[in-house]
Amino acid sequence: MKREAIGGLLARRRFLRKLGVAGAALAVGATKKEPAAARQSFPTADYDWTKHRWAFGVDATKCIGCLRCVEGCKAENDVPLTAHHFRTWVERYVYLEGENRPRIDSHADPVNIAASGSQREYRFANRYKDAKIEKAFFVPKLCNQCEHPPCVQVCPVGATYKAKDGVVLIDHDYCIGCRYCVQACPYGARFFNEEKGVTEKCTWCYQRITRGLQPACVEVCPVGARVFGDLNDKQSPISLFIRNNRVHVLKPETGNAPNVFYVGLDKEVS
Amino acid sequence: MASVIHYAPYTGWVYPNETVIEWSVAIVVYPYITGLVAGAFTVSSLYQVFGFERLKPVAHLALLTSLCFMFFVPLPLLLHLGHPERAFNNLLTPHWTSAMAAFGYFATFYIVLLLVETWFAFRPYIVAQAQKANGLGRRFYRMLTLGSYDVSEEALRVDRKWIFWLAIAGIPGAHGLHGYVGFVFGSLKSREWWSSDLMPLVFLFSAIISGVALLIVLYVLSCKLRRTPIDLACVKGLAYTVWAFIIVAFVLEGLEFANIVYKGREGIGMIMAYVTGPLLIPYFVLQFGVGAILPLLWLSYLIWRGTTGRALIAGVTLSACLVLLSVFMMRWNVVIGGQEISKTGKGLLEYPMQILGKEGLISALALVAAPLLVLLGITRLLPPWEHKTAQ
Repeated sequence: MKREAIGGLLARRRFLRKLGVAGAALAVGATKKEPAAARQSFPTADYDWTKHRWAFGVDATKCIGCLRCVEGCKAENDVPLTAHHFRTWVERYVYLEGENRPRIDSHADPVNIAASGSQREYRFANRYKDAKIEKAFFVPKLCNQCEHPPCVQVCPVGATYKAKDGVVLIDHDYCIGCRYCVQACPYGARFFNEEKGVTEKCTWCYQRITRGLQPACVEVCPVGARVFGDLNDKQSPISLFIRNNRVHVLKPETGNAPNVFYVGLDKEVS
Repeated sequence: MASVIHYAPYTGWVYPNETVIEWSVAIVVYPYITGLVAGAFTVSSLYQVFGFERLKPVAHLALLTSLCFMFFVPLPLLLHLGHPERAFNNLLTPHWTSAMAAFGYFATFYIVLLLVETWFAFRPYIVAQAQKANGLGRRFYRMLTLGSYDVSEEALRVDRKWIFWLAIAGIPGAHGLHGYVGFVFGSLKSREWWSSDLMPLVFLFSAIISGVALLIVLYVLSCKLRRTPIDLACVKGLAYTVWAFIIVAFVLEGLEFANIVYKGREGIGMIMAYVTGPLLIPYFVLQFGVGAILPLLWLSYLIWRGTTGRALIAGVTLSACLVLLSVFMMRWNVVIGGQEISKTGKGLLEYPMQILGKEGLISALALVAAPLLVLLGITRLLPPWEHKTAQ
């Protein structure tokens, strides 16, 4: 963690020094004619995407469902403030006594939205307070940045692509808004931004991680349920997380090979 | 923002982002129109390539129908795109791993083929009009001749050769165009309802029956409007064609459903709850019962009894209308149905169809009606029944 934080500061300094260069690069980018995937690096000129292999870990046993991650993500990434557009979300699984299937909801559930009183702030309503609960847990979800992403496979114009550091990105200046990728993602990670006319999804806060920072959701998680780092660094939090735990991925049968690794999943989580 | 989002009510557990149904009725209309193009072209080819003489009275009408519907194939897609002005990215930088990437090329190739074949098919009429008509009409037809006035027997023989080979190239073209539409859905592994190897074939055969059925309706209607006698042999030929293809389409659709049920993979419980609940009428009653089994039995009866005259025409035409309904319902049940079953396998959504708006019901109806209006106009300029009266 420490090493990454120092790396982050250095990266930020370099970034500030080269702000002019980056600005010029952005200006060139605005008039580009080819998809961003064809370019050497993105979004900062001094970030080399061949040097990293990012991955994400979720320890579901730690999540307390406070939803700071969801609100932090919305603020950081300018995600529409509705109950239908999320780059990350949290699911709640509750097994009541005498029932063999869990009751599942997320903060986007109308009951929970009613409890929060707004689509801008999120919380889980205490809807099971009078019930006898056998088992209950939360599962944070986000884009899995799959090794074989079906969303990238189906994009007809190549607007969404897998960066060399493993993150699946979307070129919003090139996306035609057909939403085939939304259909292809088995995890429901993508949504369509009606105002911008393009598809959106979690990028592990690419604008932050390329400057040495942590994704916003990792940064704000008060219990350390979310872990992020570089697999190329054997001592990074994510490398340790994968090494020290028996991890699972979601829907492995799809062959997508997700890069979000879970601890504490249940058979009902998909 | 709130005004453009129509979120879908749901039961059970669905992913938060799923609560907006992204592929609307416009995407239902798209494969429907494409299917009519492929089906109508099949009728034209049955005469041009396979020599089904009975279908001669509708051969040129079939070609024009195919062309008119093809003009409108890209429109539902353009209405749907978040950035329609970027649609040409699909042609400029096609991403070949996508089933959609070839669409632009396929559609362009096919529309050019249809235009060229139509030109050859109507060349004698165009030349005659260019020499006969007056004023603006003369100028219009002179332009359409492209400077070629040779209608000698030798020239017409070359024309027929061109038509023959274009029709041959058009068969894989039309069927490829539609089979690929099925692949767009069938190749996705995210939805159990779509993910099927049979999907391209299901789309293809339902396309053929929809095109033949449309031709039956258009032919009978055009004869009524023009007050000309209906060629019973032709109607019978079309009835045989649609009858045979209904069987194939029905078997394929049945097999596809049987596969889903028999394999019983994760989420099957929700699928069964869906097809026996909200989808009972659209799927079992309209698509299978009223739209496939009823016309199949009716046509079988007509063929078995050797019915002729008005009873044959009425029976075949009504059966054709039912087939058109069935195929539309099939498109609906695939496109909308697939999205109403949550990817979680634990919930169901309800598509909130809009009436107004670019992807609403009125737009969808207009998209289906517009090719028919254009066809009405084109048949005035290039009468597809002309060759028959000339004989």
